[in-house]
Amino acid sequence: MADLTLRQVKKSYGNVHVLHGIDLDIQSGEFIVFVGPSGCGKSTLLRTIAGLEEITSGELKIDGQVVNDVPPSKRGIAMVFQSYALYPHMSVYDNMAFGMKIAREDKAEIDRRVKQAAEILQLTKYLDRLPRAMSGGQRQRVAIGRAIVRNPKVFLFDEPLSNLDAALRVATRIEIAKLKESMPETTMIYVTHDQVEAMTLADRIVVLKDGHVEQVGTPMDLYKKPGNLFVAQFIGSPAMNVLPATVDKAGPSTAVSFNGGHKATVPIATPASVKGETVSFGVRPEDLFLATGKACLFEGKVDYIEQLGEVQLVYVDIGRGDQPLTAKLPGNVEVKRGTTVRLDADAADLHLFDKDGRSFLHRDQAAEAA
Amino acid sequence: MAAQIFSAVLVIVIGVGGCVAYFWGANKLLDLVFPAHGVSGAAAVDNLRRQGLIRPWLFVGPALLILTVYLIYPVIDTLWLSFHDRGGQNFVGFANYEWAFGDREFRNSILNNVLWLAVVPAACTFLGLIIAVLTDRIWWGTIAKSLIFLPLAISFVGASVIWKFIYEYKGEGQTQIGILNAIVTGLGGDPHVWISIPFWNNFFLMIILIWIQTGFAMVILSSALRGIPEETIEAAVIDGANPFQIFWKIMVPQIWGTIAVVWTTITILVLKVFDIVLTMTNGQWNSQVLANLMFDWMFRGGGDFGRGATIAIVIMIAVIPIMVWNIRQANKETGGH
Repeated sequence: MADLTLRQVKKSYGNVHVLHGIDLDIQSGEFIVFVGPSGCGKSTLLRTIAGLEEITSGELKIDGQVVNDVPPSKRGIAMVFQSYALYPHMSVYDNMAFGMKIAREDKAEIDRRVKQAAEILQLTKYLDRLPRAMSGGQRQRVAIGRAIVRNPKVFLFDEPLSNLDAALRVATRIEIAKLKESMPETTMIYVTHDQVEAMTLADRIVVLKDGHVEQVGTPMDLYKKPGNLFVAQFIGSPAMNVLPATVDKAGPSTAVSFNGGHKATVPIATPASVKGETVSFGVRPEDLFLATGKACLFEGKVDYIEQLGEVQLVYVDIGRGDQPLTAKLPGNVEVKRGTTVRLDADAADLHLFDKDGRSFLHRDQAAEAA
Repeated sequence: MAAQIFSAVLVIVIGVGGCVAYFWGANKLLDLVFPAHGVSGAAAVDNLRRQGLIRPWLFVGPALLILTVYLIYPVIDTLWLSFHDRGGQNFVGFANYEWAFGDREFRNSILNNVLWLAVVPAACTFLGLIIAVLTDRIWWGTIAKSLIFLPLAISFVGASVIWKFIYEYKGEGQTQIGILNAIVTGLGGDPHVWISIPFWNNFFLMIILIWIQTGFAMVILSSALRGIPEETIEAAVIDGANPFQIFWKIMVPQIWGTIAVVWTTITILVLKVFDIVLTMTNGQWNSQVLANLMFDWMFRGGGDFGRGATIAIVIMIAVIPIMVWNIRQANKETGGH
């Protein structure tokens, strides 16, 4: 049970600024995922929360108490490391019991807690084993067990699945989700660069880039209403198609035209001042479908097809300097390479970003709020 | 000078070229004697199998031969000598061994060797470990490490000469030029002939070897410490361990294998310690050790090959178990590769 508050948290190594003033409020019991590309500062942010890195400036509160100078072991946190970080010379039991032994807790209590955690994680059989005699997935469970035994208020995960193979990763992901369900009051913060993990696990996702928070929201929020181009292209796979477009008519809905001559009307309000400006138009590959009627959004030649069985990724060249569009079509639709296809999308699924990459949708909301 | 460089280059070319020629030629010859091509399928399989049996022996043959001549033959000959009299002519059975264990100086040497064994490896490993940990965290750590490593490059005799000056004693009324006596008199004490104080002089000699070998322990342990995954230490920090607990409960156990290898390597070196004792005291004032005693009997006063060889065998028997354990540990460290 703990809520976290970050106020203008900055972290620099000499002249290298890794975190540029992070503001974040995390409610008690939330599952928060930090996601972003390599070097965005997500791991550093997690490590500052853990106390493994000092905060250069700003304030970090856990349960209303400023913990900037509180040592990691006194913050009520537990951390699962990417490499598991098990003590290689200790048995599974001792790995899990180490923290409590250091704290000189009652032997019977240590035994009870370790065995309970082992029970939850199906490690009871392996308590006497050394980590090196276990598989990657089992080691991961021991690392989680060690964290559970600490009975933390805040559970931190640093890319815990990245060393597992694909099948095990899915299984462990589900285990972590179930673990969260069984510990509803425990706040969990999870770092990953994998957007699938972020989408499936998070109550709220924090998208980070270059030490800034790009957007915070529920997975569906980020997917449906990305605040900017970066989030739009980072969340969702394959990435959203983004095309430069010129605004022909601004207003409650916006008419744009593309380099290739295609035109579209997007039901997103834009201020009159953007008329004639170049903006970014976005549409997700999975929102595109083959047009049935006369009207269509884009027409172009099929450049390449990746058939995945259930779906196929169709790359369509729409000509004249626009980059090819990616469309995710059902796998059983007949599409041939070299033929011309006509693609359409629901107006509600279109996105529009201003020249700075900010979503017009969010600009409006920001204006309304102000 | 030019002629020396030329002959050096020539030796290298002949040596390396000779090796290459041997391995290439032997391999070629094997292919010729048991051809795998141009014969029937069954014969080719047979020949390949024969080649596989012979080739390892061809390749390790020269090394085995050299090992036999320079290691195994001397061991056997020493053993043979230890059962013979001073000239190596008449068989005397265990007489040399009986003499050794009744000899006061031999027993004193054994005692001193045990003292050396108890103190030097422990001191070197402990100091090396502490220095390795401490220098890892400070900006001048590299300089400090270089300075501590430096004595390793000095020969034992050279080091002894340096320390002779440190322990130097000048007669009464003269200025003390030895730094130890200078410090002692400076603090108001009386100067001593340090290396002639029975029992304690052993420790003054040991300090020299510790001074030399700590650098070795430090370098090896330092790299082992670097190999400890940083995340295990961070996990211990989160688990609430203090720096002392992290060192003893997380770091030391993870490099235990390396500590054992360093310890036993120095132990073997200590069993063979000779130069320092020879140079500093030559075994006088009860500071004798086995290796120097062996040298004394073998080559001084006309030489007694039987007794010299007997002492050599005793040293070897003492070294073997430690050696075996050392190699096992080293293999374990590298995963048997």
